[in-house]
Amino acid sequence: MEPVCAIELRNITKRFGDVVANDRINLCLQRGEILSLLGENGSGKTTLMNMLSGIYYPDEGEILVGGKPVSITSPREAFHYGIGMIHQHYKLVDVFTAAENIVLGLDEGGKLDMKAINARVREICEKYGFDIDPSQKVYDMSVSQKQTVEIIKVLYRGADILILDEPTAVLTPQETDKLFAVMRNMRDDGKAIVIITHKLHEVMAISDKVAVLRKGQYIGTVNTSETSPQALTDMMVGHSVTLNIDRPHYEDPQPRLSVSGLSCFDDEGVKRLDDVSFTAMGGEILGIAGISGSGQRELLECIAGLHPIAQGTIMYTPEGKSPSDLVGKTPMQIRKAGVAMAFVPEDRLGMGLVGSMGMTGNMMLRSWRKGKSAFVNRKDPNELALQIWKDLEVVTPSTNFPVRRMSGGNVQKVLVGREIASAPSVLMTAYAVRGLDINTSYTIYHLLTEQKMKGVAVVYVGEDLDVLLELCDRILVLCGGKVSGIVDARTTTKEEVGLLMTRVGGKEAE
Amino acid sequence: MSEFVTLAVALVVAAITYGTPLLFGTLGEILTEKSGCLNLGVEGIMFTGGAVGLAGVYYYEKMGSPNGFVAVIVGLLCAFLAGALCSLIFSFLTITLRANQNVTGLALSIFGTGVGQFVGERMRVTEGGYIAISNEMKIFFQNSPFPRFLQDLPVIGPILFKNSIFFYLGLLLAVVLFLFINRSRRGLYLRSVGESPATADAAGLNVTLYQYLATIIGGGISAIGGMVYIMTIAGCVWNHEGLAGVGWLAVALVIFCMWRPLNAIWGSILFGALMILYLRLVLPFIPTQLYKILPYVVTVIVLIFSSLRNKKENQPPASLGLSYFREDR
Repeated sequence: MEPVCAIELRNITKRFGDVVANDRINLCLQRGEILSLLGENGSGKTTLMNMLSGIYYPDEGEILVGGKPVSITSPREAFHYGIGMIHQHYKLVDVFTAAENIVLGLDEGGKLDMKAINARVREICEKYGFDIDPSQKVYDMSVSQKQTVEIIKVLYRGADILILDEPTAVLTPQETDKLFAVMRNMRDDGKAIVIITHKLHEVMAISDKVAVLRKGQYIGTVNTSETSPQALTDMMVGHSVTLNIDRPHYEDPQPRLSVSGLSCFDDEGVKRLDDVSFTAMGGEILGIAGISGSGQRELLECIAGLHPIAQGTIMYTPEGKSPSDLVGKTPMQIRKAGVAMAFVPEDRLGMGLVGSMGMTGNMMLRSWRKGKSAFVNRKDPNELALQIWKDLEVVTPSTNFPVRRMSGGNVQKVLVGREIASAPSVLMTAYAVRGLDINTSYTIYHLLTEQKMKGVAVVYVGEDLDVLLELCDRILVLCGGKVSGIVDARTTTKEEVGLLMTRVGGKEAE
Repeated sequence: MSEFVTLAVALVVAAITYGTPLLFGTLGEILTEKSGCLNLGVEGIMFTGGAVGLAGVYYYEKMGSPNGFVAVIVGLLCAFLAGALCSLIFSFLTITLRANQNVTGLALSIFGTGVGQFVGERMRVTEGGYIAISNEMKIFFQNSPFPRFLQDLPVIGPILFKNSIFFYLGLLLAVVLFLFINRSRRGLYLRSVGESPATADAAGLNVTLYQYLATIIGGGISAIGGMVYIMTIAGCVWNHEGLAGVGWLAVALVIFCMWRPLNAIWGSILFGALMILYLRLVLPFIPTQLYKILPYVVTVIVLIFSSLRNKKENQPPASLGLSYFREDR
């Protein structure tokens, strides 16, 4: 007989409105086991785990802990069942020490004896091989130390089922190795561990079993020892779906933007882009594929002049003019030269729109410098807003209605519409259809194709491989800040792109 | 004893007298701000506390056969309750309804000042134009609780033992608050609420409860400061102008002492000295108004230096002034 699962999911289904985030998921995890939950962005990994940690409640199905059905309605109850989740975004108080953060919210009663607490934290550290000083302040810590604090926080509360949501996304390879060593120690101690990731080599390195999700569907669970990166990729991306996006040929593509040897670092000194080179042609949609956080955002920001560049050149050739280097120019100059960017971050409003202003006000963010009068011109932006309202079917009571209160899809239409209206010669969009319904997505695809046929060089950063394959002319694949390949979207296959996305520095390509 | 020493001792004693109301105002506001609530209504709270505290003692005495010790308790309780009630309004508006804290605090300042004036003037009119506590009662509020021979010691006698009972209560409260905030478990949790309510919430703490309690108790403590002012400095008489500005000084003092209760002790004495400097140290051609801005000038200088040094521990609670809403991203 199979040993009882430490945690078991049976037919778990979760819907958000009409969107099915998880569709009848089955999982079983035993003690002393590491399970990787693998899937593309938006495949429902985090949603599933949030149900285990009490943040969401499943619509259907049941969760069993140690063979008994349970109902987990809050993070507190999840702790009660020994389930601890380490989120991607750390929740720590900066001015507190590690130990103070660890005991936060615990009802141990009695005096606050920091000495005893520090000793207990040290004990946990020694047991599993963590390297941390309990009395160090969090603001002095590196990202990986903060993560360690989060993990100890969970262990201190006695969790024996740990869920780590993309723990390696922010770590350097050395730190990742350290984390994996700790995870193996915890596994040998009899803990059950779930790690959410979409890096194949990590899956192969750390896990005993792999469960694959694709677009909310449960594909299957395999033993890591019996599978290969190729087989996992196939499970993850699935077979191509035909979307019927119109993809006309542009007759005479001209080089518009040539990036060569581009490298940059983030605030923490981690290299985000490493020797990236490519050319974007006018009259072509260049797709950029890659697992999220592979450097897409940094690439666009470097080109738009928003991110400091460590190395490399960005040559820009406007229609009928000689090339010039964009490096060192201000964002305003770059924009004036005709390079527009529409970036849709996770929270949509974070970049490019002011939530409390209406459509007209947001249009004016791009045009307020125009004209000579002491007063800004409200008439033209308002006309533009009305046009976008009509053309893109934005649902809003008026052009002065605060965009913050519009639904996400409509906010995006405003953002993308505005960038297109500035008649750029290079149009960069990132996640332009994130969270949009199918019809609106098509409207945006058409808009981009329209721009392409006008001779604009369109850069499209996307998540959905099916769309990339049908919309773009060429696809550049980023992996860990490096270009792992540039392929012709008309001839390539989903499997090829998927494999390029997950290989690191060409090492895992077979 | 030289003349200079006599003058200096007199100045310190006066500074302590003027600093004591500030000490209560500041300690209350520190507790409030540690929970992330910036209650700018201290001015109004102290006004209300002063008027209601005086009213409580006055009517208690009118009931007949008053006991001095009980009168002090009645004064403290009335002021505390009045301040707590004012802060409850603030809490409901800012924590539950998530109104802007600055705006609400300013409104409370104006409202509380009005309530204080109303209570005070109304008493004055109904009681025939003059409200005062009898001299037998006054001594309980104004005289030192220590035996005579201690008070008569040279230099240290007047400075350490000759102050009103409220100064010693304030010292005790400062130490208690320090131990609570920095050494106790609940204090740690309270600080976490003020630093990062989202973290506290995720750790299973009841953010709303912590903020309500800290604001209400803090407001009550601040209000006691108003009562102390009326009973000691203003001579147990309703005076509708005396309290003006004390609450604002307390708010400035919170920043000056870097949100630390123990700093509030010497900080309030220093501010007390700055408040009365114009009476003691008269320089030609310098108008008193210039003296009166001194506490604020000192606060600005301290702010500049603490910002320059940029030490994390000296910064205000990270979430000070921000309403917390779990579903906000």
